[in-house]
Amino acid sequence: MLENMPETATVEKIAVNIKINVNGKPYARQVEPRMLLVEFLREACDLTGTHVGCDTTYCGACTVLMNGLAVKSCTMFAVQADGSEITTVEGLEKDGKLHPIQKAFGDSYGLQCGYCTPGLMLSTHQLLSENPEPSEKEIRKAIAGNTCRCTGYMNIFKAIELAGRNMKGA
Amino acid sequence: MLGQLGEGAKFLAGGQSLIPLLKLRFANPEHLVDLNFIPGTSFIKEDSGAFRFGTMTRHAEIEHSALARKIPVLHDCAAGIADVQVRNRGTIGGSLAEADPSSDWANVLITLDTTVHCLGSSGERAIHLKDFIKDAYTTALAYDELVTEVEVKIPPKGSGGAYLAFKRSAPVYPSASAAVQLTLAGDVCQDAAIALGSVGLTAILATEAETALRGKILDDKTIAIAAEAARAAADPRPDMRGSAEYKRQLVVALVKRAIQIAVRRAHGEPVEGAHIYA
Repeated sequence: MLENMPETATVEKIAVNIKINVNGKPYARQVEPRMLLVEFLREACDLTGTHVGCDTTYCGACTVLMNGLAVKSCTMFAVQADGSEITTVEGLEKDGKLHPIQKAFGDSYGLQCGYCTPGLMLSTHQLLSENPEPSEKEIRKAIAGNTCRCTGYMNIFKAIELAGRNMKGA
Repeated sequence: MLGQLGEGAKFLAGGQSLIPLLKLRFANPEHLVDLNFIPGTSFIKEDSGAFRFGTMTRHAEIEHSALARKIPVLHDCAAGIADVQVRNRGTIGGSLAEADPSSDWANVLITLDTTVHCLGSSGERAIHLKDFIKDAYTTALAYDELVTEVEVKIPPKGSGGAYLAFKRSAPVYPSASAAVQLTLAGDVCQDAAIALGSVGLTAILATEAETALRGKILDDKTIAIAAEAARAAADPRPDMRGSAEYKRQLVVALVKRAIQIAVRRAHGEPVEGAHIYA
């Protein structure tokens, strides 16, 4: 397979100016069109809460919200998010107060190593904003694109139910 | 624009298949032309007995469309593709143009009367889906041509369909899948379309299985004969998802179950049926 690799050294470098609102703050940067959104967030914006797990569109660790919808930020280019609103895990906390989803993941022990947690919380965010009282089946479907190798998911389901209840009460 | 860039350029739709392929260097186009900022390319319309889907209509938009639910198998397919994140980005036009051997859309839509509308430098043309997908990752599209619209004829009254895909987990491709569309008159099968996915280079129409159903009352014995014919039509390769024999056995089970769901739906019974996880 290596002999099929294109000669990257010969590729002409192109720079594109983009502006993305991340967690309500505008980030104007000059990027190569090939830069992935997750690389933009981690390297150009220094927001390292968004993780790269598999880099193959499987694990969902890189999940962020684009205009309110969960997307895998390793599977789109930064230039494709030009002009959009991105929410990362850093944007959940408001004025030093944890978001109800964050609090529920803590209170329910919905994490162990924590690597998948930012992505899971953003998938939860889309679910609960559409459906504040999801059934367990609906929760399973909503987080099917997020892989956790520690918890066995049971406490994650509990965390999501708790977050839903708390957000409804809020 | 693609005409100017030449054959080294490729269109980028939802990117949920293409971007992983780029990372693996299985595709290495010199240029990508992003279709995501073109207005008016995402829509679902009902028009003279057919549904028309704009090429950039996302799987999630079809999943949540009350209109698309009129053909339950479209909802089954859209709601089960990969996971929420992929469905928020991936598009129906991109899926067909990519012609991945494991594509859910190609397998479902080939059991319905589906026409792919295309636009290129030499003008517009309409290609029936059966003639559109030529081989794995190969379509009838010219390099400077793109899909504009996917047109799906609404099946006649007394028709019912089902799509079952067996997956080890949500984000992976199916190990095998079966799409079935039946038209019944009372208990007698008037017409049948059966397609098998992920067990060949393209979706495979199991024509002998279809023949086994036509003109028959669909009892367990007839369904079993059709499922055996589908086993013979499958052409799976052994891989990390299982041996060829295992996948053939999956095909038998999926075809049986899909026929049973399609029959109930043809009789007007609402049935939940979609993707099955291991």
